[in-house]
Amino acid sequence: MGIVEWAFRKSPWILHFNTGSCNGCDIEIFATLTPKYDMERLGALLKGSPRHADLLVVSGPVTRQASGRILRIYEQMPDPKKVVAVGTCCISGGVFSNGGKGSCYNVYPGLDSIVPVDAYVPGCPPKPEAILEGISRVVKKTGVDPK
Amino acid sequence: MSSSYERIFDIPIGPQHPALKEPAMLKLKVDGEHVVGVDLDVSYNHRGIEKAAEYRTYIQNLYLIERICGICNVAQTLTYCLAVEYLHGKEIPPRARFLRVLAEEISRINSHLLWLGVAAHEIGFDTFFMHVWLDREITLGLMEALSGNRITSSYNVIGGVRRDVTEGLLSTIRKGLDELEPRVKRYREIVLNDRSILKRTQGVGILRSADAVSTSAVGPTLRASGIKSDVRIDDPYSSHDQIPFNVITADGCDAHSRILVRLDEIMESVQICRHCISKLPAGPILQRLPRRPPQGEAMSRVEAPRGELFHYISSDGTDKPYRLKVSTPTLANLPALVRMLTSKGRYVVNIADVPVILASIDPCFSCAARVERSGGA
Repeated sequence: MGIVEWAFRKSPWILHFNTGSCNGCDIEIFATLTPKYDMERLGALLKGSPRHADLLVVSGPVTRQASGRILRIYEQMPDPKKVVAVGTCCISGGVFSNGGKGSCYNVYPGLDSIVPVDAYVPGCPPKPEAILEGISRVVKKTGVDPK
Repeated sequence: MSSSYERIFDIPIGPQHPALKEPAMLKLKVDGEHVVGVDLDVSYNHRGIEKAAEYRTYIQNLYLIERICGICNVAQTLTYCLAVEYLHGKEIPPRARFLRVLAEEISRINSHLLWLGVAAHEIGFDTFFMHVWLDREITLGLMEALSGNRITSSYNVIGGVRRDVTEGLLSTIRKGLDELEPRVKRYREIVLNDRSILKRTQGVGILRSADAVSTSAVGPTLRASGIKSDVRIDDPYSSHDQIPFNVITADGCDAHSRILVRLDEIMESVQICRHCISKLPAGPILQRLPRRPPQGEAMSRVEAPRGELFHYISSDGTDKPYRLKVSTPTLANLPALVRMLTSKGRYVVNIADVPVILASIDPCFSCAARVERSGGA
């Protein structure tokens, strides 16, 4: 484990991006940062700029309008970077995409068709405990050889 | 001295920006520090829900409509269910009507507290934000006890509500409200007396009564400009005609009045919840309705936490709606927002006030994104 991975594990700074969410997951992500759940005890801090962030936390189904932006934000983040997809919509399109007729015409079938995803947190919306678990697992995985 | 360079600059904000929680694009035209024009693009959240609703049955649509907005999902499902019930021409049982009011008011308290925290965050008062959001967990606990989920409650169904309440649950809710009430009173004192809040919000984002009416503002934004308008009184649905409560207004016409209106509405909502619990009638909670409503049209409106929410359904007699139209309060408030963000005469908007003004209408762009603008992204 190099110094970069070590630093990542101690202070995973978070960038949150809403790609078209109904706000349910967003407010749960913010609830995770507030005193009852207190994500900051893991060293996590919400940042405003992609260039300061290590972890990209995405919520919501990826809409056509936001898809270009999410790619740009991902490319602006410095390595090593990880992506956490929060909520069923972000994972598969959820209720907005039932495969075929009746899918929303403006929604992609999941975030991983745009950028690589390291952790999926299912739920509609996931409870703050689940979001914490997802983020802590990604952080734990960093620097450990997957083979 | 006339110069060859432009006096007025464009400042783009968003769609990813620390001051915004949702993707929206603001293009501010600034002359020095003063905002002289604004161009708003709220289509990043556009998913195409209205079209998708035409391919799903009325019952499936309930779960799609709920996800238009995660914060006011109770109001969304309530409006949809009311519209379908109007199509059928059926009344729902009185107990279900009271339970709907209870769920609606708990969600209103939750939404207003959430907003108060976000407003505090926008003026840079993060301690206040953390305190408010800690107390907001009380209402989320109540919602979880009532419906089984913290945010997306799926409480309203066509013809009634999904779950009944027990005596134990009602006393839990009563205890939660008792715990919340003194906290909200304390926040009201802070908002009235704290110098940093007063300096950042008083005289900021002025919307005069005449402008509020002419731009068709709704909800707390309209009431903070001194206009008494509330769908719960003007056009009662559920059981609001049987419950005594006051419509809160304020005369300040600024961001500070909007905070006070919402805080006072929380207190009113607490009283409405208490009244619902004490006067809850006995009886069934669900009136089963056929899967296919008769041919026709129906409109319904509800006072959502942000203002008047409107649904229109056109039925052709099948089990799927022919057309569903949703008009949300944020969309109605956007013209008023543009008015607030534009300097005019002696009214001056500084760039630093933009996040406060934006937050003061309690924007929910996932509600408002009913259209997609071409050439965006």
